[in-house]
Amino acid sequence: MNKKLFILSSIFLLLKLYSKSSTSSRELIQPLINIQSQGKGNKEAIEAWPEISQLPPSAIPELLSAMNHANNLGDNWIRAALNKICEQNIKKIPTQEIVNFLKDHSNQGDARHMAFQIIQSYQSLKAKKLIPTFIDDPAPVLRREAVEMVLDQARKTEKEEVKIKLYRKALQKAREVDQIKEASNQLEEAGQEINLTQLMGFLMNWHTIGPFDNTERKGFSIDYSPESNGDLNRKHEGVDGIISWKEFSSTDELGLLDINQQYGEMKEVCAYAQTTFNSKTEQPAHFRIGSKNAWKMWVNGKLLFARDEYHRGKTRIDQFIIEGKLQKGENQILLKICQNEQTQSWTKQWEFNFRITDPSGSAIHSSNLISK
Amino acid sequence: MKYSYLFFILLCPSLVLSADWLNFRGPQGNGGTSISSITQLSIENKNSWKSELPGRGLSSPILVNGQIFLTASSGPKQETLHILSFSQDNGNLIWDRKFKATGRTICHDKTCVAAPTMVSDGRVVIAQFSSNDIFCLDLKGDLVWLRGLTHDFPNAANGLGMSSSPVISNNVLVAQVENDADSFTTGINLNTGETIWKNIRPKGANWTSPVLLGKGNEQKVALQSLKGISMINPSTGKESWNYQEGASTIPSSTPAGDILLVPSNGLTALKSLPDGHSHTQVWQDNKLGPGTGSPVISGDRFLVINKANVLTCAKIKTGEILWRMRVQGPASGSPVATASHLYFFNEDGLGQIIKLGETEGKVVSTIDLGETILCTPALAQSALFLRSDKHLWKISQD
Repeated sequence: MNKKLFILSSIFLLLKLYSKSSTSSRELIQPLINIQSQGKGNKEAIEAWPEISQLPPSAIPELLSAMNHANNLGDNWIRAALNKICEQNIKKIPTQEIVNFLKDHSNQGDARHMAFQIIQSYQSLKAKKLIPTFIDDPAPVLRREAVEMVLDQARKTEKEEVKIKLYRKALQKAREVDQIKEASNQLEEAGQEINLTQLMGFLMNWHTIGPFDNTERKGFSIDYSPESNGDLNRKHEGVDGIISWKEFSSTDELGLLDINQQYGEMKEVCAYAQTTFNSKTEQPAHFRIGSKNAWKMWVNGKLLFARDEYHRGKTRIDQFIIEGKLQKGENQILLKICQNEQTQSWTKQWEFNFRITDPSGSAIHSSNLISK
Repeated sequence: MKYSYLFFILLCPSLVLSADWLNFRGPQGNGGTSISSITQLSIENKNSWKSELPGRGLSSPILVNGQIFLTASSGPKQETLHILSFSQDNGNLIWDRKFKATGRTICHDKTCVAAPTMVSDGRVVIAQFSSNDIFCLDLKGDLVWLRGLTHDFPNAANGLGMSSSPVISNNVLVAQVENDADSFTTGINLNTGETIWKNIRPKGANWTSPVLLGKGNEQKVALQSLKGISMINPSTGKESWNYQEGASTIPSSTPAGDILLVPSNGLTALKSLPDGHSHTQVWQDNKLGPGTGSPVISGDRFLVINKANVLTCAKIKTGEILWRMRVQGPASGSPVATASHLYFFNEDGLGQIIKLGETEGKVVSTIDLGETILCTPALAQSALFLRSDKHLWKISQD
């Protein structure tokens, strides 16, 4: 009886101790989760970090879990603590618990990637075995690792048939532009037909209206009438008088829409491009625009982002990735693309590309192919 | 217990050694140094070494208390930011701290996310990246604080990449984050990472770095932009005086005592007046405009390399040109100099050591690193340190 009581008491004590330790760890980490913009919360984080960085390796899963709740700044604070704890406890890292964290897709992608990086740093063979399991991972950064492995196999194989099969697999699974381009280029060189437009989900069919005045780049900030009324039948007053919406499509494989083709090579002007995107469900989405011109983007009347910069580099695919959401049914996408006064040959372009993906990078296709 | 660490860092006396090279372009921020000339530099010497780097970078090494600090960026989108410490003696990696970029990492192919050079006050080191992430670490590599200025201000970015190297003055970190869309300079408390002040700055891409003029509590910071120069008090951000005749957005100004050499209308020498709130123009010469690298000081002379790879030596006080010679360019980094020699690396990795005579300059030796070099070297008592995208070198004279 006494023995049973002793065992029960011991278990109770251990549980209590564990609970206390766990609670205090969470409390200790909280300042890193609370970090805000402009240095707010820095003092508390500065106080807490040295103690957090001395936590035992058993706290690693909890720190990874804390990354789920932290913003990008808090993520970096926690990352620094994790790296220090791992460095000091190389032989005591709880690998299996970290692998479990990594495999749990309910954890955030960046936190899972950090878990993978820890395994990669201290148990590289185990990490290598895990990589193929990321091939359909919702976290682009992990999925990329698996696609890279397939691409690497394709690069190395001598057999044409196997090479094509591997590049096909890489193209199907890849979500990042450089990997998609490599696989599609190799397949095209091998005589395979690839529909990159469909694969990447570029929006090819738009209506545009313009030009509007952008003298001294002031038009970027002027709310011209298409911003408040998207009716495609309505006429507006532009630089050259009354103007109306006109259909505008791209035939470029990578969805480039060259506005110069619509209005001629003009300077100090703006144009609007509008399309309607049908979504089967309400869903989170990444709105991905590429443009070397200044631009604004509205989705369903809400301004998502504006970028007042001209010709700093080329137009790239996925140059800006803006998080937002699609509503079920019709979504109105409105872009304002501005051209400035520069006259150098590398400033002629007045263009954009645009696609919508889910957070994992998979293209979302509109259920209508032609805009209203 | 919690505060003790912070206080230890903050109260710890500075361990700056006379041979330390704490920031971009050295102790005076002008590429010059009082170190004796070193002329027998060779990668074959027994104390020379070459260490591999984990990522790309244009940033220069800084030298603090026997350590070398350097940044690099790696990953398919350069999203991994490295802050590295190496031993000056043998090039061994002491630590590699990795962070995630929270700002934009797209850059022109020639540059990269690890473009700005680190800065130190001898107690802590600060690393700023093109993503506008800023990290303050102690010399052991422990995080003191961090900031994400593009996280705070999402339009603070340059599609070609940013490269301005921050400075420390009166316990304030001054970081220029100047671009077309959301252009500002901010003063950050070196102890806490909190913003002390933030000044809206002229819109326009700007790759220049702030420089310090004067000493102690009277020290001012010169901010350069396409509009000209704004001389500010680092503690408050308030402007003491300005110069509005425009300036370059690539080569930075060079302080020389109480004179500031500004890449404007060629080159313009400005001098703060004793009241501290006004300035005078000492001279201006449109034949002295620098190319990509900034002017460098050597004693009472300065040197500029123009876009045509012509090196010009002139007097600081008058702008009088003493001599000219052609060097093998092109170069992206700035040269560094002792009282008698100039050390200059072109983009092909060819180092040229030039003896600075009274009436002529003469190449006395060359060093071929065989890799693209875009950074500005750091000088120590008997060696020169520099990096490529792949390697860090110590080129020793013994």
